[in-house]
Amino acid sequence: MVGIIGFGAYVPYNRLKRAHIKDTFGAPVPKGEKAVANYDEDSITMGAMAALDCSAHLDSTSIDAVYFATTTAPYKEKQSAATIAGVLDTRLNIRTADFCDSLRAGSSAILAGVDAARQGLNTMVVTGECRLGYSAGSYENHFGDGAAAFLIGNKQVIAEYIDSCSIAVDFHDLWRADNERFVHSWEERFCISQGYNQFVSESVQGVLKKTGLSPADFGKIILYGITPRYQGQIAAKLGFSPSQVQDSLYNQVGNTGAASTPMMLAAALEDAKPNDYILMVSYGEGSDAVIFKVTDEISNFSPGCGLKGYIENKKVSMNYGKYLRWRELIATEPAKRPIQKRSSLPDMYRNRKKNLGFYGVCCKICGTVQFPPSRICIECRAIDQMEDYRLYGKPARVATFTVDYLAESLDPPTIVAVVDFEGGGRLICYLVDCDPDDVKVGMEVKMSFRHIFTVDSIRTYFWKAVPKL
Amino acid sequence: MAKGIKDRAAVIGMGCTKFGERYDSNLEDLMIEAIDECLEDAGIEFNDIDAFWFGTFISGMAGLAFSNRMKSHYKPVTRLENMCCTGLDSVRNACYGVASGAYDVVMAIGAEKLKDGGYSGLEVPAEDSDRTLPDLTAPSRFAFIAPAYAHKYGLDMKQMKEVMARIAWKNHKNGALNPKAQYRAEVPMENILKSPMISSPLGVMDCSGVSDGAACAIITRTEDAKKYRKDPMYVKGIQIAAGPAHSEKHQSYDFTTAFETYYAGQAAYREAGITDPRKQISMAEVHDCFTPTELIIYEDLMFSERGQGWKDAMDGFFDLDGGLPVNPDGGLKSFGHPIGASGIRMLYESWLQFHDKAGKRQLDNPKIGLAHNLGGQPYSCVVGVGIVGSELG
Repeated sequence: MVGIIGFGAYVPYNRLKRAHIKDTFGAPVPKGEKAVANYDEDSITMGAMAALDCSAHLDSTSIDAVYFATTTAPYKEKQSAATIAGVLDTRLNIRTADFCDSLRAGSSAILAGVDAARQGLNTMVVTGECRLGYSAGSYENHFGDGAAAFLIGNKQVIAEYIDSCSIAVDFHDLWRADNERFVHSWEERFCISQGYNQFVSESVQGVLKKTGLSPADFGKIILYGITPRYQGQIAAKLGFSPSQVQDSLYNQVGNTGAASTPMMLAAALEDAKPNDYILMVSYGEGSDAVIFKVTDEISNFSPGCGLKGYIENKKVSMNYGKYLRWRELIATEPAKRPIQKRSSLPDMYRNRKKNLGFYGVCCKICGTVQFPPSRICIECRAIDQMEDYRLYGKPARVATFTVDYLAESLDPPTIVAVVDFEGGGRLICYLVDCDPDDVKVGMEVKMSFRHIFTVDSIRTYFWKAVPKL
Repeated sequence: MAKGIKDRAAVIGMGCTKFGERYDSNLEDLMIEAIDECLEDAGIEFNDIDAFWFGTFISGMAGLAFSNRMKSHYKPVTRLENMCCTGLDSVRNACYGVASGAYDVVMAIGAEKLKDGGYSGLEVPAEDSDRTLPDLTAPSRFAFIAPAYAHKYGLDMKQMKEVMARIAWKNHKNGALNPKAQYRAEVPMENILKSPMISSPLGVMDCSGVSDGAACAIITRTEDAKKYRKDPMYVKGIQIAAGPAHSEKHQSYDFTTAFETYYAGQAAYREAGITDPRKQISMAEVHDCFTPTELIIYEDLMFSERGQGWKDAMDGFFDLDGGLPVNPDGGLKSFGHPIGASGIRMLYESWLQFHDKAGKRQLDNPKIGLAHNLGGQPYSCVVGVGIVGSELG
């Protein structure tokens, strides 16, 4: 038996009420909110956080492959999956691959994970997305940011892979050239009537025919839809009742592109019962329809924060101006400060365990935990008596803090906290996704993987603190 | 066994420019201004100086930044950089130059031209590194002290703000009497308390200025000093401590001290033979880069008992007419902070006070002056403490 053995998700803390877009441009907007990646988040960081959510109770050395699916990889040339593998602290002898350029990348990566599981590999399939629509356009309203992750393997399977049907057609409805930031589309009737409705129907009918199952057999259909309206129409036409249709998260998160159906799958698994059949249907240059059957093992699965947890943890006060600033869609006055120096790649590489896996060291002589790693103990000065010590996941509290109004930031003021870890170790770092008025000495925090800055198109990633949920 | 250099080096002349936004002056102008005053004071010629220690944080590289401008022939010039402790460390090394017998007459000069950079705040040269750790602003590095101190000693944050404001108020009051100070105005307590927030709880009036300026000292061996003047200033002790960043990485550190200040102070007291600093020291110029820094310096230098510094500050013990005047010239807060020059500027106040040249802020017969110069942040810094006296012994 192969299938899903764990799942996790991530939704950024900040949500933009679509009404704010109407406040700015006047045109009617759909109701609800869209999740907005913070200025220091991207598809990699959100994907990494979803993968950590998925692996909360997992020995990371059991991971044999990491696949990352997105249409918004931060680099055109440089793999994202290897970064996420570093954050997960996997072994080095694993497979990694990015699945890019198609809204179907998420389901393609899951299917690749299923194939790998058949060969006995435990695959972490991660998908994260951070797409942009033109300002005042419909896609700006539709798109939201988020991520999901699944561990796929052949032991302790909680959702067994039953079968799938894939359709691939060179259908050109949405596109974004490699020097562009915003998604284009052909006129909507063509996209829906000739593309979406056709391919989704073909893949669903194909997999039902292969398996002999009928719509009534399914607990949920997870059906991609650019809006709930199109999703509902085609689901009904295919014979599914509204109660079977998994909510698309449009009102809380928005359409998360390649991560959209995977995030809905994570939501469905949070509510699933043993023996439920789940039909996941993606869309993009065709469609993948994949059937899972939930097993008794699901009751033994201990989730992390989960999609629901992250959706509930939110701040909705951001206005449209802040959204424009975070996505660097408006030119704001630079701070009168020296230009940031780029990261040294040799130093970054030497420090990869610290920077990605968030490792410090512990002195074998005196037991003092310290960060960043160094060869000489700060406490007893023993030399070369250090062992690796992973600080990620350790409970942590704010020892003292300040709120800095001077520091250059896309979201001032900047909270700087001295974070002390249970068992030892101290880090002075930024505290984000937190209202400055809510910071207290002693408050519990956890670490979140973030994009720190980009200079010479080198993206520097590291950890910041966030309030513990 | 090393015995230190107590009374083995003596200052025979000092100079200091007006500190401030010196848009009219370049580094050469600033150095000439300080050196002219210093030479006239000492009664010697520039060419009489055998060697130079030139301290600057970011205003020039190598001894050449000095020798090219000052045309110091082919004499030795050491460029010294030890962050904001640069000035006092230049003096320390110059003292060793004469005490060792290597030279007869040396100059320590600190100069900084910050206002040509066009940035607000400081421009700190960065090492090549992965640059993952936060590049915090200077005020945020020191702001950590305030809530920690208040929490440890049972002050509420309103009281803490008042203590901080009292320190700024004092330094501005003193600086208002100093014609060379950058900011020469008394500031009412209520204005300090409501100044715009920079890094909580530090308002802009809790922060020192960004300045241009230069200061210098000519130093000889003590036995030669009387050849130049009857009233030299004797170096009693001068020590630095560079921290291992233990505080930054170890949870035992509680942000109410800078151990480097304590250790440098202890070493300087030992060298100078000071056993009761609160009583023996006549005046102190300390590194009040931010108001909470001055507060913990009171305790680290043992002017006050632990947890009592805030009471002494509120009681006026460190005022111009108090038991131990601190920053009688206005400090970094009011005099300004051209980094490389600041440590030497601190000694310049003792020089003026010893020679009865401090004008309206003149103290009554001061004998022992202290300078405290800090580079870095409270949890990882290099600190210099220098002690000077008007008499031998």
